[in-house]
Amino acid sequence: MSLFNVFNISGSAMSAQAQRLNTVASNLANADSATSANGTPYKAKQVVFSATPTGSPDASGVKVLKVIEDNSPAKVVYDPKHPLANDKGYVTMPNVNVTEEMVNMISASRAYQNNVETMNAAKTMLLKTLTIGQQ
Amino acid sequence: MLNRLDEALSFHQNALRVRGQRQELIAANIANADTPNFKARDIDFKAAMQSAVAGINKDAFQTAKTSPLHLDGTRANNNSTSAAPGEPLFRPIIQGSVDGNTVDMDVERNQFADNGIRYEASLTLINAQLKQMLAALQSS
Repeated sequence: MSLFNVFNISGSAMSAQAQRLNTVASNLANADSATSANGTPYKAKQVVFSATPTGSPDASGVKVLKVIEDNSPAKVVYDPKHPLANDKGYVTMPNVNVTEEMVNMISASRAYQNNVETMNAAKTMLLKTLTIGQQ
Repeated sequence: MLNRLDEALSFHQNALRVRGQRQELIAANIANADTPNFKARDIDFKAAMQSAVAGINKDAFQTAKTSPLHLDGTRANNNSTSAAPGEPLFRPIIQGSVDGNTVDMDVERNQFADNGIRYEASLTLINAQLKQMLAALQSS
């Protein structure tokens, strides 16, 4: 039954968007983490989405293919009082672009809402189908 | 008698099925709005409905699929450049995006709402038909 598959499709998109929101939260929280477990500054992370087959051959859902590390150059800040400053007084800070992350956050949240609405519409349609023949 | 009842309801039954398929496809388009290189698809409702009413089973000549990743084998038809009637087709690109995604959220939301309303219209008509039949049966 194809309408039931809408739940799988929208559900997969919702969890993918939630994971994207999760990486945004991680990036924003660590925007100033000059060091991490391996001693290097935090690197921004981005999710890669991919279409994935669901129960129906024609309609596909979404999955997070991988989480990649952003390879853009790190921010270098002049702060000689910082404990991690090098001998010239510069500190390497994470390559998180806060503006980009905010845009990413709004986009993920809107996409999530869209899928919630899709799911609700399918639910209403199915419930209405169940009332066929009732007086 | 029973096949008469079946016949009377079969048009809207087919309509509901095709509307359901289309709703699923549009949901997949909305779900993949951020997937790179995803191409939005939709079915030509008229063609799909015509082949459904004519009783063409689109699974009749399909090759066996042993993995969900296998592609559909399209049925041989006279015009090899186009898909079989009622098969999903790619949407034309109005404003392409850098990542190769062709989902236009305005179009998809519009079509999703439209298709949902038409689905409910078919449901209302089926209910009305059933009421008519019941009235005929209980007329004495």
